[in-house]
Amino acid sequence: MALLLTAAWQDELGANPIEKITHNTGYWTLAFLLISIGVTPLRQLSGASWLIRLRRMLGLFAFFYACLHFLTYLVLDQFFDWSAIAKDILKRPYITVGFTAFLFLIPLAVTSTNAMQRRLGGKHWKRLHRMVYPIAVAGVMHFAWLVKKDLSRPLLFGGILALLLALRWFYKIKSARLRRSYSSI
Amino acid sequence: MKLPGIPAIPASEITPRELFYQRRHFMQLALGGSTALLAGAAFGGEKLASSLSEAYGLTDKLTPLEDVSQYNNFYEFDTSKEGPAKMAGRLKTRPWTVSVEGEVRKPKQFAIEDLLKLAPMQERIYRLRCVEAWSMVIPWLGYPLAELLKQVEPTSEARYVEFVSLHDPEQLPGQRRAVLEWPYREGLRIDEAMHPLALLTFGLYGEVLPNQNGAPVRIVVPWKYGFKSAKSIVKIRLVNQQPTTSWMQAGPSEYGFYANVNPEVDHPRWSQAKERRLGDFLKRPTLPFNGYAEQVAGLYAGMDLTKNF
Repeated sequence: MALLLTAAWQDELGANPIEKITHNTGYWTLAFLLISIGVTPLRQLSGASWLIRLRRMLGLFAFFYACLHFLTYLVLDQFFDWSAIAKDILKRPYITVGFTAFLFLIPLAVTSTNAMQRRLGGKHWKRLHRMVYPIAVAGVMHFAWLVKKDLSRPLLFGGILALLLALRWFYKIKSARLRRSYSSI
Repeated sequence: MKLPGIPAIPASEITPRELFYQRRHFMQLALGGSTALLAGAAFGGEKLASSLSEAYGLTDKLTPLEDVSQYNNFYEFDTSKEGPAKMAGRLKTRPWTVSVEGEVRKPKQFAIEDLLKLAPMQERIYRLRCVEAWSMVIPWLGYPLAELLKQVEPTSEARYVEFVSLHDPEQLPGQRRAVLEWPYREGLRIDEAMHPLALLTFGLYGEVLPNQNGAPVRIVVPWKYGFKSAKSIVKIRLVNQQPTTSWMQAGPSEYGFYANVNPEVDHPRWSQAKERRLGDFLKRPTLPFNGYAEQVAGLYAGMDLTKNF
């Protein structure tokens, strides 16, 4: 963010600054989403439980960048042209999927506080926040569907996401087996 | 014409046409080219003499040279916009030959030095509209492609013109990946290629083309999406069948042969109704044939432009 602002101040955003800001905020949204998803496997590997507190902050950073990304589109790119925006959301698959991902991120951000966790209860809160997986998948699809030809970066994000999901799934199976073996004692 | 209440302007006060264009041209170049002083090392190429072609002037504001030469789609170098300018030093533009062959009576290998002298160099201000929905206004230097094609005498079998760009992964590192099928191939129908607007281009802003803009010779076809304006050409072939271009191969449902700028025919994944003119804040409506409808619409009379996109 600081780098973006500095670049903007020094007029170094290039010939198409709105495009650059859009890409930059989108990239960081996905990056923070993936990092936050990576926290739990990292904790399981390392045993460092303080990482869970970090996870909330990372998730909120992702939401912050998602808001900036959406606002850039709304204000700088389309300049409140509501009918064009509506058409985009309905007709352009990459925008449909991106906008949907953003919408579903909102309840996650809203319920990120301790108070909200208590209100929802552990089980329901966890279920709600599992939505981050389809949201991340939607984010990668959004990226893949908008590049002209070079899929290398979307595929890189997709690959990392697949790896993280695989790790999660692996740990889930492992802990389920452990529970079963304890309960049979 | 005398309007009531408004005094008529005597004919003697009308600015002579040449003077009007000269002054406006000066202002355009001064505003657009002034950034060249700041860009400094990025440009500073060889000067290319030309005469301003008034018939091809525009009231649109010129895109500053810095943007023209630092924001490029040239996947032979890199798929980023800034990459080509950074890597452009690798391209050797001398020696360079363009082989003109195929359905012609007098096929020939033209050295770039010969091409530069083949016809009087004109300066033409054209709009360039990318399929990604951004656009620029650039003062190109060149002469009509028709001048070159006349030299080789196309036969009656010549119905299309194919353009082939340089293929050399040593100089063009982007070609080490098959992001497109190399070499870059483009094509035009023979009447499109012979149209006075189709420019065989050697320079911009008064100097030879920067490498990242397609040095040493390219074409500019301003009524079509930018990917049709092939860069760094090494071969021009007159052929009987419609050639398959690199972008048609890459995405047949997204990039067609004609690729005429058309606000009513969307790209499957994004709208073509508006475009971002670099330097403007708000988007502007895209014009049919990129504003050149009067000159070229006739080439497509009776054609369904949604099917022939």
